[in-house]
Amino acid sequence: MSEFLISARGLTKKFGDFVAVNGIDFDVRKGESFGLLGPNGAGKSTTMRIIGATSQRDAGTITILGKDPEKHGPQIRAHLGVVPQQDSLDMQLTVVENLYIYGRYFGLPRKFVKGKIEELLTFAQLEEKRDAKVETLSGGMKRRLTIARALVSEPEILMLDEPTTGLDPQARHILWDRLFRLKEQGVTLVITTHFMDEAEQLCDRLIVMDKGNIMAEGSPASLIKDYSTKEVLEVRFGSDRNQEVADKLRSMCERTEELPDRILMYTEDGETLLEQIYAADLHPKTSLVRRSSLEDVFLRLTGRTLIE
Amino acid sequence: MFIPMAVAIAEARIGKRGERFYSGRVPQLLERGFIAFRSSTWMIVLSGFVEPVLYLLSFGYGIGKLLPTIESGGHTIKYAAFIAPALLATSAMNGAIYDSTMNVFFKLNHDRIYHGMLATSMGPLDVALGEIGWALLRGFSYACAFMAVVAPLGLIESIWGLLAIPAAVLIAFGFASVGMAITSYLTSFQQLEVINIFLLPMFLFSGSFYPLSVFPQWLQFVANLLPLTHAINLVRGLCLGNLSFSLLGHALYFVIMIICGLFFTTKRLNALFMK
Repeated sequence: MSEFLISARGLTKKFGDFVAVNGIDFDVRKGESFGLLGPNGAGKSTTMRIIGATSQRDAGTITILGKDPEKHGPQIRAHLGVVPQQDSLDMQLTVVENLYIYGRYFGLPRKFVKGKIEELLTFAQLEEKRDAKVETLSGGMKRRLTIARALVSEPEILMLDEPTTGLDPQARHILWDRLFRLKEQGVTLVITTHFMDEAEQLCDRLIVMDKGNIMAEGSPASLIKDYSTKEVLEVRFGSDRNQEVADKLRSMCERTEELPDRILMYTEDGETLLEQIYAADLHPKTSLVRRSSLEDVFLRLTGRTLIE
Repeated sequence: MFIPMAVAIAEARIGKRGERFYSGRVPQLLERGFIAFRSSTWMIVLSGFVEPVLYLLSFGYGIGKLLPTIESGGHTIKYAAFIAPALLATSAMNGAIYDSTMNVFFKLNHDRIYHGMLATSMGPLDVALGEIGWALLRGFSYACAFMAVVAPLGLIESIWGLLAIPAAVLIAFGFASVGMAITSYLTSFQQLEVINIFLLPMFLFSGSFYPLSVFPQWLQFVANLLPLTHAINLVRGLCLGNLSFSLLGHALYFVIMIICGLFFTTKRLNALFMK
């Protein structure tokens, strides 16, 4: 078997005239945490569904552990743990029953599944909720249960579609911690997200997608290095003055991005640049120096922000 | 190399017929049905059984007072014995319809349960057969319960009446398959009501309470197209011991319903989940 668990070449998916995925190539290595970063509608979820053999491609090739999803859907899904964007937990059942029956759907023996449940409850920190109906769980708990459920079949690849969308910051951090542990155990993660902080936290390597195309590929650090500067200075002059000063600012640094509410200035040294701006007698209402992020990479590649 | 058990189980099916759509997991889906059933709304479960018994009491012994006997298939029988098979067929239908429409609609559109199921190594045909199988089990238990009430009352005229139970299963299977197929195409709760609007007239005009021969020709023709008419004729023929080849015709009607229902359900689930 090759070192790649998933390999796609020229992968294409259309819905009528709309091209959701436009001939993309990518590989996912064993044990890595692979991200698909892009705004809503970039084609991330469609790509995930093709990998999970619940959507058929229109052109190109893709293999998952050497198998073609068009021919071996059930066999491929047996390798995968799927955490969908929208919860699909069984509301009529309790936490334990959800884990149990999901294992049974894979055809696993009762004894095996029952042995697995305790371990998964501990992992998902849901021991105290074991006999609670799913309806009564918080959003974060439901997500953790969905992840635990996806792990019941001991999958080699865990597919997470927007895992923390809709969760509060604390619940997100708990979830990230759990996913880190899985990564340490050698589970290959495939994650879609439109949160750049999530991609930076979790992904070893990612592809940046927009409108069905791959715009760039690499580790978060290398993408930032290749497509952005070390630091970013964010200045606000008020919506009426931003335009007026933009021309002056442009000549002072490598590159600027003018957003509706602020101007981003790309530079190796933000503090020095800010001093120059004051020296030029321009007085921003607010200013902020920060390190470049994947958000800046996306902005550079597409001219748009991730969350619109 | 370590092969996870789930993968080994799935790979054992490579090369089998329809492996992309079916993984032999109907028992697991029935198991889910039992687990969910333990905590389900008992009133709904009970009402499916009580309803035909109430009809039997009110019509059988109410109208039965005015009309002690009735002609059917050349025999003179008690009025209650005339309607009992019809109520048996109807209760099998009701049990199957409830599970395959209302329940399926919620799992499909509200709870997204099938989305979860189809992310495992199951296929859409597993889901279709499992859900229909569960509906069929409910139809079967209603039929048995009803039989346990009417047989001791002497309302089953022939020993062939025992075959009314498997006939009820066939009927439940037919209604469940078609019910699930239709439900899988519906997108709103309002559309679901349309099924109920169709069910009541069908119950009233399928020869449940009197022979179809009292209707004008055109209405008889329409009634003979309805599935419940065939269900009632089949069960009544068996309960009264009026065996004829026409019973096979009625059974065939349901075999066709099952095939069409399964075909469209699988096709639709494929379109919804494997697009």
